[in-house]
Amino acid sequence: MSTTLDSTSETSPALAPPKVSRSPWRWARENLFFSAWGTLATLSLALLLAWLVPPLLKWALLDAVWSGGTRDACMTPDGTVGAGACWVFVKVRFGQLMYGFYPLDQRWRVDAVGLTLALGLAAVLPLRAATQRAAAVAGAVVGGVGTAWLGGPVLGALIGLLLLAPLLLTRDLAPLRRLPAVVRALLTVGFAALAAGIGGATAGTPWAFGWVALLLAGALFWLRFDSVRAAGLYLLGLAFPVLAQKLLSGGSYGLTFVPTEQWGGLFLTLTIALTGMAASLPLGILLALGRRSALPVLRLTCIGFIEFIRGVPMITVLFLASVMLPLFLPEGVGVDKLLRALIGVALFSAAYMAEVVRGGLQAVPPGQREAAESLGLGRVQAMGLIILPQALRVVIPGIVNTFIGLLKDTSLVAVIGLLDLIGIIKTATSDPNWLGFAAEGYAFVGVVFWVLCFSMARYSLRLEKTLRNGVA
Amino acid sequence: MTNDRPVPDGPPREPAWTARRIRGLAIQGAILAALLGLLAWGIGNAIHNLNKAGIAAGFNFLGNRAGFDINFRLIDYSPASTYGRAFVVGVLNTLTVSLLGIVAATALGFMLGIGRLSRNWLVSRTSATVIETVRNLPLLLQLLFWYTAVLAPLPRPRDAFSLGGVAFLSNRGLTVPRPVSDDSAWMVWAAAGLGIAAAVALGVWARRRRIQTGRRFPTGWVSLALVLVPPLAVLFGAGVPLSWEIPALKGFNFDGGLTLVPELIALWLALTLYSGAFIGETVRAGILSVPKGQVEAAQALGLTPGAVLRLVVVPQAMRVIIPPMTTQHLTLLKNSSLAVVIGFPDLVAVFSGTTLNQTGQAIETIGMTMLVYLVVSLAISFGMNLFNSKMAIVRR
Repeated sequence: MSTTLDSTSETSPALAPPKVSRSPWRWARENLFFSAWGTLATLSLALLLAWLVPPLLKWALLDAVWSGGTRDACMTPDGTVGAGACWVFVKVRFGQLMYGFYPLDQRWRVDAVGLTLALGLAAVLPLRAATQRAAAVAGAVVGGVGTAWLGGPVLGALIGLLLLAPLLLTRDLAPLRRLPAVVRALLTVGFAALAAGIGGATAGTPWAFGWVALLLAGALFWLRFDSVRAAGLYLLGLAFPVLAQKLLSGGSYGLTFVPTEQWGGLFLTLTIALTGMAASLPLGILLALGRRSALPVLRLTCIGFIEFIRGVPMITVLFLASVMLPLFLPEGVGVDKLLRALIGVALFSAAYMAEVVRGGLQAVPPGQREAAESLGLGRVQAMGLIILPQALRVVIPGIVNTFIGLLKDTSLVAVIGLLDLIGIIKTATSDPNWLGFAAEGYAFVGVVFWVLCFSMARYSLRLEKTLRNGVA
Repeated sequence: MTNDRPVPDGPPREPAWTARRIRGLAIQGAILAALLGLLAWGIGNAIHNLNKAGIAAGFNFLGNRAGFDINFRLIDYSPASTYGRAFVVGVLNTLTVSLLGIVAATALGFMLGIGRLSRNWLVSRTSATVIETVRNLPLLLQLLFWYTAVLAPLPRPRDAFSLGGVAFLSNRGLTVPRPVSDDSAWMVWAAAGLGIAAAVALGVWARRRRIQTGRRFPTGWVSLALVLVPPLAVLFGAGVPLSWEIPALKGFNFDGGLTLVPELIALWLALTLYSGAFIGETVRAGILSVPKGQVEAAQALGLTPGAVLRLVVVPQAMRVIIPPMTTQHLTLLKNSSLAVVIGFPDLVAVFSGTTLNQTGQAIETIGMTMLVYLVVSLAISFGMNLFNSKMAIVRR
């Protein structure tokens, strides 16, 4: 034949793509029964699933008991445990699973802190700017009005002010910062002292009031925030923990004292996890920088600490914190059991965080430091403004992974006797009145953990995608 | 542009005493002083507190009578044994359950990892569901679930599930037949040893021949025959000197046979599933890291799908898989310490638990426990590094 490629392309029109049959039969043949082995695998797996899944669904949904308030609701008339799941057990224990033994009439304090934190996080995490502003305003109104209603006007005003502060701090405050340094220093100290005095006189908590006032004054007179996020992070990181501790522990400002022994459930799990996250990231960054330091003593100390912690199980670190720490403190100095666990968790995850951050630091090309130095930046400035932001951005997935691991690992505090989600369900399932319903309890706790961890993982994936596209 | 100045040999030498060096030395001195001060302060407090509690520091307690029993042990142990022996029992139990877990988790991990990449929709979806479910639940929760919600409600030995009349699953654990050997049983073991040696020699020879001549030898089938046939021949030739002790119900429990306590089964199950899911993701990442062109090239050479996987994909993927998989194995070893929650007598339960509670020697017991984990962790990572350097790409 003498037809050339050129002539065909000129004469015959382009063919339509071959028709793809979308019939389920064809799909099954391509994806399930494509070869003898494929068919065998499909059939045996289908058989196994058919054996496992329907009884499970029947137990969890169809035969399950949802209503009632006592064990009798789940029993058959002849006195044996029914065939389905007894969700009544979870219902009865729901309050404990969420708050532990926190007094019933004081649980609003936990809710208030949780809500404030959720709205605060919405203002800080990488979300759309409009969402952030809305969350900040909503947080201020809800938090302020809510706390005012439940805890009195001064507390409400304080929390509301704190929540609105991120928005205020991003306004143009340059005139304040142009004042002479002496004036600013005097104003800052005076403001803090005044707040401490008011706090001490009205609520018996001079330190908390003074500290928050100091933070606000520092933000007004000294620092400059470019975004709601930066201002929110500043307050969420430095002011929120103090206020949350005051509100949760009580003992001042007319709030009843709730010892940490009564804290428990999901509330305690999240408290430990969030404190661990907040402590482990800065600690981990410091350790990672120390590990790359040119000073041998600093470097070896950091390497020794990191490798030691990473080489031993978390349980032993918790034992170390709960059993050995009191031995090494002066006689009579008691450290709260929860605080000891928090120290253990923070040190443990800091070592893992340090390795993640180190990976990020190694990924920043050396040219970045050289460029920063040639621009005249000092070592601290180059690290803080050029290298660290890039390094952390690279390892965000790793950081979130460490956070997920941390959230799961908080369950180990049950071993040293704290009543976190696992500790509560462990005690609940061994209650003689409710024996035999362990599966229901663990299933519920499992769903809670799974939702938390899975959504964190999904968020990390989304963040990774946004960062890869260069928007964040 | 020309440069006539002589090029210096290296960077200019810094003078011995610059402000930067002095500052560095000062910072290090301060760190050292702070650390030593903290240490001295802590030790001082500890000595004071221990004296007050009447606890004698030191390792003399290791020779004292332990007085508690351990329900799972590989070596002889009774309440009359010493704390030192209890320590050894704990170490062996930790190593046993870790080894069992590592083998099973690696196998499961490869199945899940390859399964998640399978063309088969049902297989890949099921693998993904298992991995995502297990990975996002705390190990402690899974452990308690298996132990409290699955194994504890099993029937009493009298109503045990019978597996073919020889093995029994009850709330006392899994009871399986135990091999009992007569005097002449050594011949069976010797035959098995010879068979294994012959198989290894055959493997070496076949590999050398393949490299020299390119001809392949069915090593797998012949090795299997070499390993299985001689001991079986001797076994039946010598009139079956090996027999099985079948467990039988006697009173409230089984008599005879080998019993795996429910604590061990729960721990093994939980560790295997948890680490298996993580290893599965490692394997998947490793396989995905092999460029697609490698598979296409292998297919173009006419290799069967199995051979493509075995000869081209897996060897290359292993280089990526091994380092994170080692981390997973080490994590499994450390996670086995959760045994303390369900009462399996591992190192932490026996030593940092019971022994610590009985003697009050907190510093010694926790220190020794941590040291064991540190040593084993370092040893495993050293071994895996060696293996890894052998697997690494050889640049010729």
